Amino acid sequence: MGAKQFGARVARVEDPALLSGRGRFVDDVKFPGMLHACFVRSPHAHARIGGIDASAACALPGVRAVLTADDLPPPMDRNRMPMLVPNPAIAASLTQHCLARDEVCYVGQAIAVVLADSRYIAEDAIALVEVEYDVLPAVSDYRTADEPDAPRAHLALDDNIASKFRMAYGDADADAAFAAAPHVFTEEIWQHRGGGMAMETRAVVANSDPTSGLLTVWSATQTPHICRRMLADLLDRDLESIRVIAPDVGGGFGPKAIFYAEEAVIPAAALKLRRPVKWTEDRREHFMCATQERDQLWTVSIAVDDGGKILGVRGTLLHDTGAFVPWGIIMPYIAAATMPGPYVIPNYALDVKVVLTNKVATTPVRGAGRPQAVFAMERLMDRVARELKLDAAEVRFRNFIQPQQMPYAVGLTFRDGKPLIYDSGDYPKAQQEALRLIDYAAFQQRKAAARAQGRFIGIGIGNYVEGTGLGPYEGVTVRVLPDGKVAVATGATNQGQGTRTTLGQIIADRVGCRFQDIIMTVGDTAAISQGVGAFASRQAVNAGSSAMMASEVVRTQIIKLAAQTLGVPESDIDVDDGIAVARSGNRPSLTFRELARLAQGMPGFSLAPGQTPGLEHTAYFTPPQASYCSGTHLAEVEVDPMTGAVTIVNYAVVHDSGTIINPLIVDGQIQGGVAHGIGNALLEWMRYDENAQPLTTTFADYLIPLATDVPTCKIAHVESPTPLNPLGVKGAGEGGTIPAAAAIVAAAEDALAEFGVHFAETPLMPERIVGALRAVGAYDKLGEIA
Amino acid sequence: MKPAPFKYHAPRSIEEAATLLASLDNAKVLAGGQSLVPMMNFRYVIVDHIVDLAKVEGLAGIRVDGGKMRIGAMTRQRDLEFSPEVAKHCPLLREALCHVGHRQTRNRGTIGGSLAHADPAAEQPTVCAVHDAVIEITSAGGRRRVSFAEFAVAFMTTAVESNEIITAIEIPLWPAGHGYSFHEFARRRGDFAIVGAAVLLDLARDRTVRRASLALCGVGTGPLRMAEAERMLTGKRFDRAVAQAAAAAVKTITPVSDIHASADYRRHLAEVQVFRALRDAALRCGVRI
Amino acid sequence: MATRSISLTVNGQRYEREVESRLSLADLLRHELALTGTHVGCEHGVCGACTVLIDGRTARSCLTFAVQADGCEVTTVEGLTPATGELNVLQQAFQDQHGLQCGFCTPGILMTLTELLRDNPDPTESEVRDGLTGNLCRCTGYAGIVSAALEAARRLRAQQGS
Repeated sequence: MGAKQFGARVARVEDPALLSGRGRFVDDVKFPGMLHACFVRSPHAHARIGGIDASAACALPGVRAVLTADDLPPPMDRNRMPMLVPNPAIAASLTQHCLARDEVCYVGQAIAVVLADSRYIAEDAIALVEVEYDVLPAVSDYRTADEPDAPRAHLALDDNIASKFRMAYGDADADAAFAAAPHVFTEEIWQHRGGGMAMETRAVVANSDPTSGLLTVWSATQTPHICRRMLADLLDRDLESIRVIAPDVGGGFGPKAIFYAEEAVIPAAALKLRRPVKWTEDRREHFMCATQERDQLWTVSIAVDDGGKILGVRGTLLHDTGAFVPWGIIMPYIAAATMPGPYVIPNYALDVKVVLTNKVATTPVRGAGRPQAVFAMERLMDRVARELKLDAAEVRFRNFIQPQQMPYAVGLTFRDGKPLIYDSGDYPKAQQEALRLIDYAAFQQRKAAARAQGRFIGIGIGNYVEGTGLGPYEGVTVRVLPDGKVAVATGATNQGQGTRTTLGQIIADRVGCRFQDIIMTVGDTAAISQGVGAFASRQAVNAGSSAMMASEVVRTQIIKLAAQTLGVPESDIDVDDGIAVARSGNRPSLTFRELARLAQGMPGFSLAPGQTPGLEHTAYFTPPQASYCSGTHLAEVEVDPMTGAVTIVNYAVVHDSGTIINPLIVDGQIQGGVAHGIGNALLEWMRYDENAQPLTTTFADYLIPLATDVPTCKIAHVESPTPLNPLGVKGAGEGGTIPAAAAIVAAAEDALAEFGVHFAETPLMPERIVGALRAVGAYDKLGEIA
Repeated sequence: MKPAPFKYHAPRSIEEAATLLASLDNAKVLAGGQSLVPMMNFRYVIVDHIVDLAKVEGLAGIRVDGGKMRIGAMTRQRDLEFSPEVAKHCPLLREALCHVGHRQTRNRGTIGGSLAHADPAAEQPTVCAVHDAVIEITSAGGRRRVSFAEFAVAFMTTAVESNEIITAIEIPLWPAGHGYSFHEFARRRGDFAIVGAAVLLDLARDRTVRRASLALCGVGTGPLRMAEAERMLTGKRFDRAVAQAAAAAVKTITPVSDIHASADYRRHLAEVQVFRALRDAALRCGVRI
Repeated sequence: MATRSISLTVNGQRYEREVESRLSLADLLRHELALTGTHVGCEHGVCGACTVLIDGRTARSCLTFAVQADGCEVTTVEGLTPATGELNVLQQAFQDQHGLQCGFCTPGILMTLTELLRDNPDPTESEVRDGLTGNLCRCTGYAGIVSAALEAARRLRAQQGS
């Protein structure tokens, strides 16, 4: 069977509709008689709620209802939302109420919802809802959240500790290893990330059909099946009476993977008012209420011998989880497990403390804690290089896990509950290739030439290993239709990663149909019974493998039926382009259309022995554990020492995500991921004041990269297929982001190496660079202003 | 983020517009809308009436006459950017406009609107400051002219009263071949200036500074003319040391700190931007330092 | 609720409507005229997802009231596709160069590039990037968009025979 589509740069089937403005996003969904919702949200980071008086709002013409927690059906009126990823290490397993009852814990937390004839009127009504607040002290600074006199983020809790855990492996006496080490270097690293900041905000439309009793919910979500299960619990309804559809979704990046209060309240309102209801989040709400990542403080030490070989790494991580833990402690857990990366580290210990603050919850954003772990590790590696006067690339070569050591057991348990075992990868080869791609060998010459012109350029490296393809599963149904087309259904979803195209490529090749004859339903709980959704770069692995498995079974069914019908051995049948052809004789054939109709059988007649009803199969691939991607980024930057501006002049990525299904799409994911990484490194900072009031609530204050900020990357691939799934594929969605900040900040530091300044924070702002230069008297050394 | 309700008026003449403003309570003038409408969408601005000037006759246009350029207040920034008259007679304005927002905002935004909005980081008011522009203001009571120095009153507050409309900007022109430069530091292309410096330079053939005009934006409540630096430059033979001394002289400013930059950093940037603007302005007169 | 009569032409078709003064042009297009190709991403004039052409010039439709478009000719992304239903040169270049992923920012970017290429048929890469600063994309990292714009420029010039 030929691989015509698999591995090819196939143009995306998603494109024509999106390019002609015929996409269908949640806000495009509309029903007659639809009401529009707007939420009353807390203006305070922490407060008790007293009375709520909505009488003036209800009196406004066009307002149909104002609902508070008491107006919601049980159990969602009183119960907190279910916790999606529980963990015994979580001391305070707090999730939100759908609408706040007695206490609000972050600015923007939803208290009530106004339903009106238009969003315009609903917003008018918001101003008229009177809520009694008893303002409480707020926890804003995660660094002091654990101090004895810190305010409590939640009244019911004695302290602000959400979790404490230790991630460690190695010798019984790591302290002795450190004490005996010739060199120990310590870094205090502060990292602040922001949000996924997709271009489409969140949106929910709910419509209850009185005739069928079916509640249909459209949500801009990465996880419609999870949404459906949550709704069944919160609304106390049969799962079968709920359908959740994630149509075209305008970017996900993590924050749209979790389940939000609004996704429950809007359907509840639709049921209560017996009208379709729409809620489209505006951008200000998104800045306040969509989950994000935020502060981490790493205090970490590395012990090395005289040759720069690592003897141990240890330290502490303080992580701000915000006011609730809807996705558990996944992020700090992943960060702690990711830090060792591609290096041989005999002893490792990280003590993690997760604190609550009165800010919106932090949950995974592209990279999910790995960018921070890589930043910390790579800053340590660069410190070793600088102190021991070794080349940055050389230090890393001396410490890589070698390809012949695969599979390599790191010694930790990963967030998938399994031992952290790297399945495949060639780290030295990737770094070697990346150095070549950016012409590292000639860099010192470039640097000297630039310096002679009064320009400061630098280069930095970032290596990473990333667990992807997480379980539990993602199913695919393949079915040949009576018109000859092939219908596909999957629990996988699409927010821009080209899910239909990549799965279509696999299926077309494996089933033997034409790519354009595939009709695919993604992100619809009515199409397939079990589903999980998009996060952790898992869909290509899980849904891709399921697609292959289901296609193989259907292909077998086709061959069997064709062979029986044509009276030839099965080994004689070829299947391609939707036709099964016997190789021998006058090459009789049967089209998929004919075969599908044969497979339906005839009323009253038995099927032939061994024949299955229809030509269809549903497969659920279940990964035994994560599969580990890896790669190397090289960033070359120019720094203007006078202003602190950092410009990226060249960027190279060598990326190993195993077998590649569609290089066009993988390169697009890498390039797009690097853009997020540039934002992390230089621009993105969700800021709050000392009362936990968000300060950056517009795109003018929170800066994401523009077309003038992101160069076109040089990308090369190393393919180390994984043995863990039939395709050999690993996830490709986050690798572009993970080591980017490490490489860029290292490059900025390298550009200014002659001044001896050191940076261990993200985002690295121009003002910080100028301050560091001034502190070491650089402007005197530079002579005059230039 | 939908605005509060308002009544919309689209007058056809300046008289009609002025009469409306004289009679309506809580009314605001709408020019390009690129600054006003976001504020209305956030409900930071809530008005009962909007008076749209887009259909008013005779408010747009560029005319050069007797050493002055007269620009109608409703002239779109994009038309200024591509105007041969502006390029020839007031090249600093064209250079400044490259930093103003983005193509979409310049298509709609107007010079009058930018002046009325008076953001301290805005480029067009800074160009007016450095040129000693005169602002023509009209109301039902008549027309008056205000020098730019008197026009910028306080933080985002101008001399324009609530019943008045800016109708034209008159820019006294500098001699042909004069030096000019607008240097702006922003985090990304098209962002609000953190600090910007505008320089006009008239150098004699022997490099003597016949006249220098220098203003900063982003460091005060409005554009700041740097009189001391101008004084230090005038009459001197322009060279690197003179430029650096003038740049250093701007460090007496007292900018505010906000989430985008601290006062210290703005002061540092001011010196750097002024030096670079002086250097590039001189280059345009054929003098390299 | 005071309303006002407006009449405007969108993609060559004339429409007459009674609208509230505060209704944005974006909301008129999307919800009154069912032209949902224009998207709303921020409502404060930064992201560019709402970009349309008004009388041939790009504008942020989230910062334009529908009443301001009275008597104007508006072009949206739906107006770019030729009558045959295929993709135009710019749209096809986007597909060929992987210039879109989720597609939410794409209509606004197509309108911006339509104006850019009309006014500057032979842009440099730097001019394309500068011209795109009024549009945010969170998926692509811009590389595919830039190469699509340059490729479209090449193909359009070839079509003109120049």
